[in-house]
Amino acid sequence: MAGSPVTGFSPAAPLLDVKNLQVHFAVYGGRLRVLDGVNFSMRSGERVGLVGETGCGKTTMMKAILRVLPTPPAKIPAGEILFKGRDILKMRDHELRAVRGRGISMIFQDPTAALNPVFSIGEQVEAVIRYSTSPGKASSREETHQRAITALQEVALADPERLLRSYPIQLSGGMRQRVCIGMALSTRPEILIADEPGTSLDVTIQDQVLRLLRKLVEEKDTSVILITHTLGIVRETTDRVYVMYAGNIVESAPTARLFSQPLHPYTQGLISTVPRLTGGGIVSGIPGRIPDYLNPPSGCRFHPRCSQMMEICRTTKPPAFKMGDGHEVACFLYKDEAK
Amino acid sequence: MSMLNFLVRRIIYSFFVLLGLSIVIFIIARIMPGDPARMAVGARAPQWVVDQIREQMHLNDPLPVQYGYWLADAVHGDFGLSLVTQRPVTADIREFFPASLELVLVAGLLSALGGIGLGTLSARYKDTWVDNVVRLFSYAGVVTPSFVFAIFFVLIFAWELKWFPVIGRLSEQTPAPPVVTGLITVDSLLAGQFGTFLDALKHLVLPALALAMGAIAQEARITRATMADNLSKDYIAAERALGISEREVTGRFLLKPSLIPTVSILGLDIASTFSIAFLVELIFNWPGLARYGMQSMLNKDLNSISAVILVLGAVFVVVNIIVDIIVAQLDPRIRLSAARSE
Amino acid sequence: MAEQVNLSRGFAATITPQQIAQLERASRRENLGRSWYKFSRNILSVVGALTVLALVLLAVFAPYVTPYPKHAGAFVNFAHAKEPPSSQYIFGTDQIGRDIFTRIIFGLRSSLLMGVMVLVLVVPVGVLLGLVAGYFQGTWIDALIMRTTDIFLAVPPLILALAVASVLEPNLWNGMLAVSLMWWPWYTRLVYGLASATRNEFFVSAAEVTGASTAHILFREILPNTISPIFTKMSLDVAWVIIIGSMLSFVGLGVQPPEPSLGTMVADGARYLPDQWWIAVFPALAIVVVVLGFNLLGDGVRDMFAAEGV
Repeated sequence: MAGSPVTGFSPAAPLLDVKNLQVHFAVYGGRLRVLDGVNFSMRSGERVGLVGETGCGKTTMMKAILRVLPTPPAKIPAGEILFKGRDILKMRDHELRAVRGRGISMIFQDPTAALNPVFSIGEQVEAVIRYSTSPGKASSREETHQRAITALQEVALADPERLLRSYPIQLSGGMRQRVCIGMALSTRPEILIADEPGTSLDVTIQDQVLRLLRKLVEEKDTSVILITHTLGIVRETTDRVYVMYAGNIVESAPTARLFSQPLHPYTQGLISTVPRLTGGGIVSGIPGRIPDYLNPPSGCRFHPRCSQMMEICRTTKPPAFKMGDGHEVACFLYKDEAK
Repeated sequence: MSMLNFLVRRIIYSFFVLLGLSIVIFIIARIMPGDPARMAVGARAPQWVVDQIREQMHLNDPLPVQYGYWLADAVHGDFGLSLVTQRPVTADIREFFPASLELVLVAGLLSALGGIGLGTLSARYKDTWVDNVVRLFSYAGVVTPSFVFAIFFVLIFAWELKWFPVIGRLSEQTPAPPVVTGLITVDSLLAGQFGTFLDALKHLVLPALALAMGAIAQEARITRATMADNLSKDYIAAERALGISEREVTGRFLLKPSLIPTVSILGLDIASTFSIAFLVELIFNWPGLARYGMQSMLNKDLNSISAVILVLGAVFVVVNIIVDIIVAQLDPRIRLSAARSE
Repeated sequence: MAEQVNLSRGFAATITPQQIAQLERASRRENLGRSWYKFSRNILSVVGALTVLALVLLAVFAPYVTPYPKHAGAFVNFAHAKEPPSSQYIFGTDQIGRDIFTRIIFGLRSSLLMGVMVLVLVVPVGVLLGLVAGYFQGTWIDALIMRTTDIFLAVPPLILALAVASVLEPNLWNGMLAVSLMWWPWYTRLVYGLASATRNEFFVSAAEVTGASTAHILFREILPNTISPIFTKMSLDVAWVIIIGSMLSFVGLGVQPPEPSLGTMVADGARYLPDQWWIAVFPALAIVVVVLGFNLLGDGVRDMFAAEGV
């Protein structure tokens, strides 16, 4: 029983369902309320994009899902993270270990920071593979090694034998990123979280890495959460998009719909900052920057930057209004149109 | 190959450092007021004997020449006679060095195990009462001079509780093992004298602990700081996120990078333990090199002072080379950059 | 210098030099305020500062605050020798009947003097050598200074200090000299690292191309950027110097009797363990308190200079 999180899970229910998740960081002088009640869900096989400016809490949310935020200073005062109906936040160590890697796996933002500098690539990849084999089916050393080689071959890395003996410092940025992807996929995860893959690389290599990633997840039919602030990538690769601003999901919709009818003023601003080849208008952008999490704005956190701010936005946090066709927006402008 | 290169260069460099040290020692020995020849033969010897000795000791030559003679002798292991023991200094050192070495090695072992253990515990249970107790202890350890620890240990564990003997390396009734290495613990095991081994160990506990306290405290602080720092690194989050067990993450993937600064400091600590031993050996009446050195210093016995400092300098240099090797083994970044700079 | 004048003339239309000076003073005040705030938010640092202040006051006014000032010297009173702590002698009396409390307070004087004087001697020398070697990195000046430093760093400072102290006449001043001789390399190495990193900074090259003198570059451009690590090290080093000083006098190579010093008192008292424990234990505890006070203060200073973390 305990070892199987699958029990009682119906395929119609969301694979991952995050409810009212709050994450605070204790710092000198108070608490940073980085996640302020986030709701997020995805179905099996879905490819979901999560967009927002740097510092809006995307990475924090993903680390919270895998329970890898350093605690302290991080604290999760409220919320549920249901994976196949079971709350990750309440799991015991052995259940959690079954979820990490095999259930949900993650590619970290900066491949240089995500690889342990004092262990060889082989030691790291093989450790991950060792824990990803289901218990009872202890794989031999040779088998683990073979799987590590396969994992590197899958991400199109040449000479895997030599690579396994190398240390991160000996690899280029692009190779490190591929290793990270290979490692994250070597566990055969149900959900792959990709946190801004390739951002630290130059554009051509970034493009190669993204293509590779797309090809691999399509082959394996993995559910994906793609975090990025590049909307073009989201548009090309995802089924649904969540837009995040300062620790809140402000809008979510099927990808095509979000791009054709963005509702939230923040989303509209985001989309207008994307340079378009046609039209040729001047990029407008959104004036201002992400607010201070120590003393976030009251009501809607976006109100100080919003061009359509109303009185209610100062005082009350907008709930998510359902606009039909899976489109939700947390903005009082749509209070009356909600269904 | 490149690691070997790095080592060879390191050793050659250390050799020059030691040569420089010998100059410093020579200068120190010569700034002493008074005539070394007169001191060597005593106040009552007639002047012609002193003059003869002066000539013998090359004291009439210019300083650089004197240094040359002194160094040539030193290289041959000849540091002259000790004024205190009236024996060749080299013989004295050969006799007293193993006792100090044994003490310092045990102290080093204690500080490595104790410091890393406590530091890991503290980082693992950061901001709990465990952490607070360890931090308090570390603070006390850092601010208390070793001779104060030594006195308190003697007072509490030897006099009050009578758990451990007060002085020396062995009790009077215990048979000493035949000398092979000079380390009584090792020699007694080699000779199969288990009782002697236990007795020697009992005598080692208090002085070694008094020596190690400062280092344990310092190691614990550094280990805690690096571990706490590394715990928030992305690679630890990544290893956990990919399903590696908590035990392997902390015991392997966190421990190894966190050990690097600790080991570097540990080398320095072990080497300076030799200097703290100067006081601790005095208190425990430990027949070691440090106590010998201390006695020669109090008696202005120049030949033995020079030799003792040079020997300790050499120990310091050797320990540091060993530490460099260990650190390079732990940290591929150092190993590989040493290779690249070739 | 000429460039600076020109610069201020260029600004003259909008901001007067007086206004600039005023702004600078204001920002300095604000920095000071922020530093003090960072220091004071840790209660332990304040405890350390107060402890040090109290010790300094006790030491300075020793003749007025101690019950038996005469006991600080060669005073003998065998009738009251080895008396345990009582209301008359709160820490007891030593082997020749002197009040231990009085002697501890007087002993503080040499400990504190040592702690301060060694740094006063050592820091300017060590810093200057480090600056010069760092700025002339890669030249023979660098090689000469840093290789000499390596030699001194190749032996634990205590041993060389003991050796030097032993060949000189043993007293407080020679003890200070001995410790100072061994202490400068640590500052040289610290400043060397900082200076050789700073010399490639833009503002240094800027000063170089405008023809600033070497002294100007060393003291006005590079030195200010090394000041906070130096202060941090100094504040933590006071405690170390006091420990080393107490070790010197413990083995008889520092302050000579009848002059009181904490190390000597512990060494003398150790002979009367365990029965007359108070003779050694109270001076030993006094050393711990002094060192603890300076250490807490030093940690506070370090936090004050540390970059603001989250």
